[in-house]
Amino acid sequence: MKNRAKTLYLIPYSLWIALFVIFPILLVVYYSFIGLDGGFTLENYAKFFTPVYLRMTLSSFWYAFIVTALALLIAYPTAYLLTKTKHKQLWLLLIILPTWINLLLKAYAFIGIFGTYGAANAFLEVLGIGTKQILFTDFSFIFVATYIFIPFMLLPIYNSLEEMNQSYVDAARDLGASKWVTFRRVVLPLTIDGVKSGAQAVFIPALSLFMITRLIAGNRVITLGTAIEQHFLVTQDWGMGATIAVFLIIAMVLIMILTGRRK
Amino acid sequence: MNKLTRSLIIILIVSFGLLYLINRLNSAQGYSGDNTLTVYNWGDYIDSDLIDKFEEETGIKVIYQTFDSNEAMMTKIEQGGTSYDIAVPSEYAISKMKEDGLLHELDHAKIPNLQHIDSRFLDLSFDKGNKYSIPYFWGTVGIAYNTKMLPDMKFTSWNDLWSKELENQILLVDGAREVMGMGLNSLHYSLNDTNKDHLVEAKNKLDTLTPNIKAIVGDEIKMLLAQEEAAVGLVWSGDAADIMWENENIDYVVPKEGSNLWFDNMVIPKTAKNIDGAHQFINFMLDPENAAQNADYVGYSTPNSAALDILGEEVSSDERFYPSEELTSRLEVYNNLGKQMLAYYNELFLEFKMHKK
Repeated sequence: MKNRAKTLYLIPYSLWIALFVIFPILLVVYYSFIGLDGGFTLENYAKFFTPVYLRMTLSSFWYAFIVTALALLIAYPTAYLLTKTKHKQLWLLLIILPTWINLLLKAYAFIGIFGTYGAANAFLEVLGIGTKQILFTDFSFIFVATYIFIPFMLLPIYNSLEEMNQSYVDAARDLGASKWVTFRRVVLPLTIDGVKSGAQAVFIPALSLFMITRLIAGNRVITLGTAIEQHFLVTQDWGMGATIAVFLIIAMVLIMILTGRRK
Repeated sequence: MNKLTRSLIIILIVSFGLLYLINRLNSAQGYSGDNTLTVYNWGDYIDSDLIDKFEEETGIKVIYQTFDSNEAMMTKIEQGGTSYDIAVPSEYAISKMKEDGLLHELDHAKIPNLQHIDSRFLDLSFDKGNKYSIPYFWGTVGIAYNTKMLPDMKFTSWNDLWSKELENQILLVDGAREVMGMGLNSLHYSLNDTNKDHLVEAKNKLDTLTPNIKAIVGDEIKMLLAQEEAAVGLVWSGDAADIMWENENIDYVVPKEGSNLWFDNMVIPKTAKNIDGAHQFINFMLDPENAAQNADYVGYSTPNSAALDILGEEVSSDERFYPSEELTSRLEVYNNLGKQMLAYYNELFLEFKMHKK
């Protein structure tokens, strides 16, 4: 009786997984073997290994890596401070709040801020540095991408810091470890899982960013996500789009394995 | 468990309640049965007063929906979820929809106002005899430039864009056909060229433009040019009209080598339910008074010669938007190049975008 109920409860979830996870992935793999003429072909894969797509893959990884590293650099100390503050929930809410706003709206806001006559340049003018081109540069792209992803990095780190038993830190300090050694030997190893989940939550979406490559980087940064969007919506070359998606899926699986939690 | 069931039931009740309310609201406003007409058009591409007028005259309720790319529109019509009665695709989309059997043949007897359309814009390559489509607006692709930021620059040729003074000043619209077409035209090739050597030559020439390019953007190009973020832009004439409306320092020119001539056209998709109403709508929009009012609001070039007479000399003699016969003869409509060739255009465009400064 109990077992039957268990299988009954499993049905909605398995259906969900089958319909919305496994089936779409199979579809993507299927389409990656379809050429422009609708026939079966391996051409898309051959095309992926041409310099154009390899360079695009490399630069996507490079940008995703920078964005993840910067987000970690900012999020870890912030999360650490956050656990020490009085009104934790309030501060946390303030950090999460921006994620409730649509990404597109935030991108448009940044166009206004970074523009030639925007707030950022007005500030530089006051400082005497003068107007610089900020919009449509690598800097603006990395800045906005990092800004967008910080909450996703911060939350898992914050949670793991919160879960950490404070008495370990006290013990380390009592036994004469310096602040730095305590952090490196005790705090960091105990929160590394949070860092890993954060890195996953940032790196993988950063690989396939597309909207802001156009809005903020003016198509001066081309990521794999941009190429997929183009192939599906403009060229209607679904085969090539799907092939890139297959490689993205492979990359994601690899990253999941690399940063997987140790049992 | 009990709590879970209860909240489930509450959610269901609320959902059905909302559904019922929406239905009641729709029927109260007359949005039900056979007297509705679903129009699927580009965003901000009709004077909404005309919709009210049409509803008043015919008693048909109009449901107005918008799209922002031909591709998105075609996908929706292909899926057939909503029964669109009127759609407004561009010319290359029409040849594709025709091939795929997505269009309904027009009954010209029900569209007497067709006589007002300038014969130059009828019987074109993408729809011989206008069996499926009626031109709605037309225009060109050209250069919008800021006369205040560039007081000494005169643009007459595509090659002027390669000038050293324009470093980091050009915005391009993110369209493979438009940008590749610019490259081809600057080399005096046709923008429907399918010779791969010519295409590669055009792409290599475009690569040398990279130092002058600030960004390759979408619809934001209008806002960016109006706010003087950059001095020059490759734009559609209709967008140029919008930008000039916002910023009076902007001027627009169609380069002498030639450029693209585009059309947006009214069609009746296969999904249509109210075919009679759709014909009424097309005829209504072709009425000279209405077409003139619409052109005045939208700011694009109207193919309706009777409407152009109403708009007056000032509008019709503006060579930027109603180019002379001589220039028009050098404009080309995009041909449907087929999937393979289009993919090649996009491939080159992608390589061009990845070309670093």
